[in-house]
Amino acid sequence: MDGNRTPALEVEDLTVAYSDQPVLWDVDLTVPVGDKMAVVGPNGAGKSTLVKAALGLVPAVAGEVRVFGRPFVRGRGEIAYVPQRAGLEWDFPTDVLDVVTMGTYGGLGWFRRPGKAERERARAALDEVAMSEFERRPIAQLSGGQQQRVLLARALVQSAPILMLDEPFQGVDAPTERAIVAVLDRLSGEGRTVIVVHHDLQTVPEYFDSVLLLNVRAIDAGPVDEVFTEDNLRLTFGGRVGVLAQLAATVDRAR
Amino acid sequence: MDLLGDYTLRMVALGSGILGAVAGALGSFAYLRRQSLVADALSHAALPGIAVAFLLTGSKTPLPIMLGAAVAGWLATLAVRLVVSRSRVPYDSALGMALAVFFGLGLVLLTVIQKRPDAAQAGLESFLFGQAASLLRDDVIVMGLLGAASLGVLAVLWKELKLLAFDGEFGASLGRPVRRLDGLFTLLLVIAVVIGLRTVGVVLMSAMVVAPAAAARQLTDRFAPMVVIAAAIGVVSGVGGAVLSSVVPHLPTGPTIVLVLSAIVLAALLGAPRRGLVWRWVRLGRLQPSAALDPVLMHLYALSRQHPDEPDHGHGLAVLRTMSPAGADVERALGDLEARGLAQPVGDGLWAPTAIGRREAERTLRRQTGGEP
Repeated sequence: MDGNRTPALEVEDLTVAYSDQPVLWDVDLTVPVGDKMAVVGPNGAGKSTLVKAALGLVPAVAGEVRVFGRPFVRGRGEIAYVPQRAGLEWDFPTDVLDVVTMGTYGGLGWFRRPGKAERERARAALDEVAMSEFERRPIAQLSGGQQQRVLLARALVQSAPILMLDEPFQGVDAPTERAIVAVLDRLSGEGRTVIVVHHDLQTVPEYFDSVLLLNVRAIDAGPVDEVFTEDNLRLTFGGRVGVLAQLAATVDRAR
Repeated sequence: MDLLGDYTLRMVALGSGILGAVAGALGSFAYLRRQSLVADALSHAALPGIAVAFLLTGSKTPLPIMLGAAVAGWLATLAVRLVVSRSRVPYDSALGMALAVFFGLGLVLLTVIQKRPDAAQAGLESFLFGQAASLLRDDVIVMGLLGAASLGVLAVLWKELKLLAFDGEFGASLGRPVRRLDGLFTLLLVIAVVIGLRTVGVVLMSAMVVAPAAAARQLTDRFAPMVVIAAAIGVVSGVGGAVLSSVVPHLPTGPTIVLVLSAIVLAALLGAPRRGLVWRWVRLGRLQPSAALDPVLMHLYALSRQHPDEPDHGHGLAVLRTMSPAGADVERALGDLEARGLAQPVGDGLWAPTAIGRREAERTLRRQTGGEP
């Protein structure tokens, strides 16, 4: 694509450690505007951590994140985040519309309450994920696929130029998976940038334009047809123990 | 008995009511954040602060005592944060440790103070279980001001604190200072504890925070109503306990309030529509004789076991018809299962058992086979 455009997201030298164990090591990543990128890697490769660290939700040991060329600051509405469904308290006493309306809180500032306009936007987002008829349903009564659609709608409401989704296809039914894919296609068609932590290797070429192969380090990143090769996949999914041991030694020396 | 005139009862009822409202409303947030133990630790940790405040001022005037309690509670949360961030001790264990250490220290200080010859210390142990009958107008005014302030903060930061309770990480992604909000909320809990010192005391205080929320959660599926109901339950228990303990001689106010509260919680746990135990029994009772007649649920469950990683993986009518005897009204059975919350459509005409449906199917299997499914 045109290389002189400012990328949507740039990650430089990002390193994250949990209690001295490196989870991400010196990750560089450039995501062009309008890209639809999968983040792929084995369990414990740091996929979710990459998303959270890019958003500043977990502290990074080192590294820099730029969004449209500027150092990233939360609260400017540039990145909408869809967390993992399983990490949420679904027995919370609230309904579908209310959860989606939370996506409008960022633009509301501290003291304004969501009003009619915000609820209308939330309804529109619910419509996009085909959940309109459930707007008054308590979230405790949703199926997994419905929960995932609600979380996607909450991100859509933010109208952010970049979306980061953590495992949106995990444990959802086939219609939900198709609905999510359709929404992601539309977003990228509108020039929005979509970054998805993904666990199903088979669907990567079908669903995504580009891929980041991650195993603590960034193994490779770029267009799917160039990067998504058997050699790269072997590098990413095999030999994990060796990589970690090597990294652990490096960290020890650095301390 | 002459001393327990109308004035005393009015003060006690008012003070207990204020405590109930504040603890109930704040407690809803704490309960939903699974911070019940925090309330427990905060209130127990207040004891050494009370003792130190008394040692410094030599009197039991409310303000220094409240300040001491608040500072001690705050120090306890700082200690917990320090332990969690500097060691591998998990959060709940750190809370338990802080509770034990602070409360133990408080008891030691209390014992030391009581050995002193001067008479001013008399009654300091009432902060353990409260002594509402000694509430004066000034006490109640201070409690009212503190309560109004904390409920005011709750109202102003309503959507921020709700976000913090439901999905703090998402709140952070919107740019909200989640850590500072968390600190602020802890401060509000400390204030609730301070309000309850004279009424129910540090030991029973956690019940005032946790129990109304637990009961309210049984009664509603909506957020704002839950907070309001919890506050109302707090008020009813506070005032009810106060009145009861003034009518029946020798009944201590604090423990009576907590007993009234417990009765309400028990009633809600048993009798609440949908979530209550009785409601479940009734529904299960309806289910039990027909369990064998619900082969469709068992089929759905059997099919869903083929996809253990995808609990929502659905199956179509055609498959279920094939599994059922000819002429069985599969569609009606599915409608019936959905109405009872045991199965749900997952789109494209596909059906899957709900979590409850899976549990009931497993239970039926266990009944039939006498073993694990």
